[in-house]
Amino acid sequence: MELQAVLMAAGGGSRMTDLTYNTPKPMLPVGNKPLMWYPLNLLERVGFEEVIVITTKEVQKMMSTDPKMKVDVKMKLDVVCIQEDGDMGTADALRHIQQKIKTDILVMSCDLITDVALHEVVDLFRAHNATLAMLMSKAHEFTETVPGQKGKKKTAEQRDFVGVDQSGKRLLFMANEADLEDGLSVRKSIMRKHPRMHIKTGLVDAHLYCLKKAVVDFLTENKSISSIRGELVPYLVRKQFSKTTDSPKMKDDAEDQTQKKNDSSTNHELLISSRDEPLLQLAQERSCWNDHHGDMSEAYHGGKLRCYVHIMDQGLCYRVNTLAAFIEANRLAPKLFEEPAVHPSAVISERCQMGSDSIIGALCQVADKTSIKRSTIGNSTTVKEKVKVTNSIIMHGVTIEEGCNIQGSVICSNAVIGRGADLKYCLVGNGQRIEPEERGGELAYQTEQPN
Amino acid sequence: MADSGVTEGPDKKEEIDRAKSEGKELTKEEKQRLRKEKKQQKKNKEKKDDKASQESEKEKKPLSSPPPASQPPPQSTTQKAPSAVPAPAPVSVPASEAPVPADKPAKSKAELKAERRARQEAERASKQGKKGETGQQAATSKQKAPPNELQPVVKRLPEHIQVDNPDVLKKLAKKLERQQTPGQVADKQIPLRMDYGYKVSLFSHLHQYSRKAPLTQQVSIPSTVIHPAVVRLGLQYSQGIVTGSNARSVALLHAFKQVIRDYTTPPNEELSRDLVNKLKPYISFLNQCRPLSASMGNAIKYIKKEISNIPSQCKEEEAKSKLLNCIECYINEKIILAAKAIAKSAIEKISDGDVILIYGCSSLVNHILCEAFEKSRKFRVIVVDSRPRLEGREALRRLVQKGISCTYVLISAVSYVLPEVSKVFLGAHALLANGYVMSRVGTSQIALVAKAFNVPVLVCCETYKFCERVQTDSFVSNELDDPDDLIVTRKGKTHLKDWQEVPSLGLLNLVYDVTPPDFVDLVITDLGLGMIPCTSVPVVLRVKNVDQ
Repeated sequence: MELQAVLMAAGGGSRMTDLTYNTPKPMLPVGNKPLMWYPLNLLERVGFEEVIVITTKEVQKMMSTDPKMKVDVKMKLDVVCIQEDGDMGTADALRHIQQKIKTDILVMSCDLITDVALHEVVDLFRAHNATLAMLMSKAHEFTETVPGQKGKKKTAEQRDFVGVDQSGKRLLFMANEADLEDGLSVRKSIMRKHPRMHIKTGLVDAHLYCLKKAVVDFLTENKSISSIRGELVPYLVRKQFSKTTDSPKMKDDAEDQTQKKNDSSTNHELLISSRDEPLLQLAQERSCWNDHHGDMSEAYHGGKLRCYVHIMDQGLCYRVNTLAAFIEANRLAPKLFEEPAVHPSAVISERCQMGSDSIIGALCQVADKTSIKRSTIGNSTTVKEKVKVTNSIIMHGVTIEEGCNIQGSVICSNAVIGRGADLKYCLVGNGQRIEPEERGGELAYQTEQPN
Repeated sequence: MADSGVTEGPDKKEEIDRAKSEGKELTKEEKQRLRKEKKQQKKNKEKKDDKASQESEKEKKPLSSPPPASQPPPQSTTQKAPSAVPAPAPVSVPASEAPVPADKPAKSKAELKAERRARQEAERASKQGKKGETGQQAATSKQKAPPNELQPVVKRLPEHIQVDNPDVLKKLAKKLERQQTPGQVADKQIPLRMDYGYKVSLFSHLHQYSRKAPLTQQVSIPSTVIHPAVVRLGLQYSQGIVTGSNARSVALLHAFKQVIRDYTTPPNEELSRDLVNKLKPYISFLNQCRPLSASMGNAIKYIKKEISNIPSQCKEEEAKSKLLNCIECYINEKIILAAKAIAKSAIEKISDGDVILIYGCSSLVNHILCEAFEKSRKFRVIVVDSRPRLEGREALRRLVQKGISCTYVLISAVSYVLPEVSKVFLGAHALLANGYVMSRVGTSQIALVAKAFNVPVLVCCETYKFCERVQTDSFVSNELDDPDDLIVTRKGKTHLKDWQEVPSLGLLNLVYDVTPPDFVDLVITDLGLGMIPCTSVPVVLRVKNVDQ
């Protein structure tokens, strides 16, 4: 077997607590499908037959009852439950399932919606025998007004500085703004080997990583690393140019362990060579290919640890981890698939005006004289007469009474909007009741949370 | 253009065809008539143009072949024998099909003889009919074979040089479908890689692939049909990470080692037969990623032979370790030790003060030069390079790293530097059976110019690259690389960016060319042969085959 897929679905959605305090993030509906259906669908389309899903018990329960997941996902899902307290990072989770991992892995996050040609990332991983291959995309500005944030300014997201070489494929430098105190410093050894480096800041990390099995083994030894994105990836990128990688001496490691404990021992684990290493070496020696020109070193500068990145400039790539991204994803995700906008089981009266980019879920009931434009209506929702829904996201089981006017809002599951309510850019939490004749603008309606 | 003799033919032919289709046995008289016709036609034929009859013969042959194929052997014999036998009837098919004007008083002895002959031919014809060969009967009857006249022998052409024939492509697609291991789902198969871009008409019979459309696009990502090591290898071939015939063979054998390690014999199967079947789809896959080189072909033949020679009572573990050992030995003998032997012979030819010209990056030539430098020979090297591959840069790097003083020129300057060159060392991709050297495109140019300047040209080639193919030009069988490689951006401008839209423009990126043996002075090879002339290659091949 070549690659094992691992889906990380235990995240808490800390940047969109308004939506996730009742529904766990992996099961949030986007285009009337649970969020984690999208990465699973991508894996299935590409040809995977089994996926290891790391998630919480709550999500597992919801998965087994959700009709979309049961019917559409034909792969075998091996669900591993972990505690919900949120202390476990992604790398910790990998350590947890170390026993199940037999080959190289493809780690994905449950909030990734993309139509990338996955073979581009995996081909980099295969062709260059890389230790890490990841996917990044040019970031898009979110233009829609985010509901429920009255006057809240958008906090400046910490930027990521990504350095790639001239071909745009080899990853040379990766750091987050938070880690760089006074400035961006680049080591001389990197500059000597790659004199031309492009540093990009407008990239979104898609959290899709191909990792060698040796990295998982390395994680089990080094328990200090707890997050793939935050710690493991920058570590691997730095280690490419570390001095000890140039001469892998397996036998001396026993002695080195006492002295340079961190460096050499970790290198030994990361650079586990295949059984036919001399043959591979011979093939590389005889091959007249080099990845760079202009200096005297051999291909890859003799380095054994290589990290590659595929930067998408066209196509869809969203990480649904903020409210703005969630709204944007709801707009665009349906365009990925060619499914009918109106679910066949929905009951729509004839005098309803429905725009072409709206979606109606299963078992909905939409009454007369309603107008639904650029919106997503979830399953089992009831929309009564004379309701105007524009630019909004209505989740499952919502009841909207007559005469409401909902604009640019997000209504979570099982909410009830009273008659004649007028909501503009509001966020209504789970199970909330909006009083009739309520006038709301840029408000978030939530219950007080006990925790 | 039809002879007068031929005009009789069609009528009689129809009669006989009718007779055949009706399933009648030919009478003795008819058989005699046939024979006499043949003799007459022979006389007529010698007066007329050969080619004309051959053209009509070609037409008639396909016509005649379906009927014989459907007939029961004894009946088709006399028909097919004269029709399909080119030798005794140089006068050709139409003639032979026409019955000979009857010679009434037939002798009994002659008749018996004729019948015996006819029966023998029947058997031969039925055997060949089963093979489905059209009109090719080398082993013909006891009838005297005429002096060699050009017979249109329909040979089977390999598919990789018939890309412009849609039937051949369909056949290839079907072949890939069939080549799955038993038990696989029908939709999991080796995909067919599509050709890309406009092909120059002289080379439209060859495949031309784009590097941006790798075969892995059509294969599922955790590849189950094809072993991951083979997928990785295919990618490395198509992206040019593994280039050079030695490197490609070593990488191929390395991948096969992984395959053999991960192989388990299914129940009720024998390792010797099943493993060979398992390797077939992998080889097709690799062929699609990049056409196989001659060295790879020989390596594959060797492995297949070793696998089929495994005795059936051998246990799986033992068999696998034996195969792995064989592969190691092959690489050791044919590549590593061969390089040492060749270097030893070649160093004798390098004297102090020499100026050596090399072209591109040949691993063997680089090895020789490095060894010579270590043995303290004083020489300098001129590295000639050419676009778009610019492999000379890599050769330059390796030589300069050792400390050899080098000059670097592009191939357009070769006639300017040749006056100062004392010898030319060339590497080879393959040595063909007629003494031609197949190597990177540009090699024949260098050999030609060197010949004009009277500079000796030495080709270094291991024996495992000797190939039984015969080629006299670079058109019939070659490799077309990605045409987009020729596009270059200078000062921010890419002039050829939209070359596909210009209808009269075609980009051609050839990979190999063929150098005639007159331009090559010496071939330095291993197996104890040392230095041989180019024309001794078929002898070496013959001796090698006898040994094996």
